[in-house]
Amino acid sequence: MSQSTSTMGNEKVKTSRRKFLKNASVLAAATVGYSWLKSSQFLLHAAEPEDKSLPWYGVVIDIQKCIGCGNCASACKKENDVPVEPFFFRTWVEQYTVKNDGSVNIISPNGGIDGFKQTVPDEDIFKSFFVPKMCNHCAKSPCTQVCPVGATYISPEGVVLIDEKYCIGCRYCVQACPYGCRFIHPVKKVANKCTLCYHRLKKGLAPACMEVCPTGARMYGNLRDKDSAIVEYLKEHTTQVLRPNLNTGSKLYYNALSSEVR
Amino acid sequence: MEPHYQHLYDILAHSQGYIFPNEIDLQWGILIVVYPFITGLVAGAFILASLERVFKVRILKPTYQIALLTALSFLLVATMPLISHLSQPQRAYEIMITPHSSSAMAIFGFVYLWYLMVVLLLEIWFDYRHSMVVWANEKTGVMKWVYKILTLGVNDITPRALNWDRKLGYIITVIGIPSAFILHGYVGFIFGSIKANPWWSTPLMPIIFLFSAMVSGIALVLLVYMIISYFRKKAIEVNVLDAIGKYLFFVLILDFTLEGLDQIQRIYEAEESFEIIKLLVSSKLYLTLFVSQGLIGTIIPLTALAFLQFYKYQIKVRKTMYFITGILVLIGVYSMRWNVVIGGQLFSKSFAGFTSFKVGLIGLDGTLMAAFWLVLPIGILAFLLWLLPPWKMVKEED
Repeated sequence: MSQSTSTMGNEKVKTSRRKFLKNASVLAAATVGYSWLKSSQFLLHAAEPEDKSLPWYGVVIDIQKCIGCGNCASACKKENDVPVEPFFFRTWVEQYTVKNDGSVNIISPNGGIDGFKQTVPDEDIFKSFFVPKMCNHCAKSPCTQVCPVGATYISPEGVVLIDEKYCIGCRYCVQACPYGCRFIHPVKKVANKCTLCYHRLKKGLAPACMEVCPTGARMYGNLRDKDSAIVEYLKEHTTQVLRPNLNTGSKLYYNALSSEVR
Repeated sequence: MEPHYQHLYDILAHSQGYIFPNEIDLQWGILIVVYPFITGLVAGAFILASLERVFKVRILKPTYQIALLTALSFLLVATMPLISHLSQPQRAYEIMITPHSSSAMAIFGFVYLWYLMVVLLLEIWFDYRHSMVVWANEKTGVMKWVYKILTLGVNDITPRALNWDRKLGYIITVIGIPSAFILHGYVGFIFGSIKANPWWSTPLMPIIFLFSAMVSGIALVLLVYMIISYFRKKAIEVNVLDAIGKYLFFVLILDFTLEGLDQIQRIYEAEESFEIIKLLVSSKLYLTLFVSQGLIGTIIPLTALAFLQFYKYQIKVRKTMYFITGILVLIGVYSMRWNVVIGGQLFSKSFAGFTSFKVGLIGLDGTLMAAFWLVLPIGILAFLLWLLPPWKMVKEED
């Protein structure tokens, strides 16, 4: 009897040990798996920041308000030390002219900094409008996804930034941005783009392009704060993002966006 | 106006329609054309070598070591166009130290190292170990030591040890085949995974790259075999050429079919980018796509190879036909790389216009640099053939 009890006792220990080992290995595998999944952004692309106390920035551009003065593009270059040559822009303005025959004429001479001159005769114009462009600060940004060293990343506030000391200049991010918002800085020799004037945001100031806009066509704000002006605006207006088919999670919302715009 | 930007003003003057202002300058130039071309040669040459080893295509035996050494020569150079193209090449090592797991490019370093260290170098070492031990005993002076070092001190040439060499070499070749597929399929994925670019973004891209890689690698080994035989004043075994030619023919058909399928799909679906791509291929890429890649690189070689399958021409004619076919196929595959890399950047992502591209002669991203990276592997191959001559290897009984 006692022998059998002791056998039973031994067995019990064995089973629980086996169980423990089993559970432990499952737990270990799950931990490793979870941390791998977490780092693999191609599987779980961070659409939401981890720190919920921080703002999650988005931008609204009202096409009906833009008058094509180009102040935004000019101010951006001055604020962010962007070369003045017409090949490097963190933000620029395009003029779309839809003609009566259905064809579309798009221009952006010097990014709109010097203003626009309509080249299509009045009688041929169906409609014309200006479209300011800038980084869409995508939540599922294809540019940060492809960076081989992680030099470009989404800040906790949802702003797409670049670590200039880390970028190797492979230009893969420039290829991956569907909106043409990135370029290689000709002096720094690294990728460059709109930071939503992160240095100003941190001080509670508006981005330079928005500061100078005479009509208030651009607006930024905290998408998480349901009482913020931007959320209120999005509630009241029918807005659209560029290239929604690409599922980039763009946080740049256009009001009155015409279907010709890409 | 600074002279530094003059070329950009020239390009701007030649752009057509509307392009985003940041798109004037092409980001990836001729070096990124050379990079997938070289990598493709490596994968293709290796796959031809494995045909002999794994699938026991005995007739290809004379090309086995040549194919392996060709693959190694080009693999050693494969990363150089990439690194020399970076604007911060001194930071290139960051890809290995802090790779970003979601980046297709970041994985390259690991695939590359795996292929170089685990597959190619090991396979060649197991293959040559016996001969190197013998050479180390025969030679005197510096060369004796060179071979001694190359054997890594493993001097056992008993039948048992040699049998192990064979077995391990075989296992590595078996691992090597999927590795070669991954190496080049991955290069296709670098382009195929860019959803912003409709000319690149297709799941067929890795497969197309893989098959065109096999085409170019087989053609290269064919040429190298013929040229080596010429320099060694040895008769070219026309049976070997026939065998390589047969594989080249089949792989070229597959490659042509896949690329055709890709284009038919594009034309039939006619998505939003269709108009701009139609303009692209009918204007900017007309010469390199239809003439260079299509006619010179595919149709003519396919026709020649088809005739070679059915008619037994005189040996001299056959040799000439194979030689010319090999060259044409390489031109075709190079053009394909050009059409993908350069073609994909010529049209604006606004789908409303084109920028233009002119290759410079000098500079880090110029033609001379690209030519250098293409010639260097040939120099390395000549050196390797001198150091490890396949024709002087110690014969083993099977």
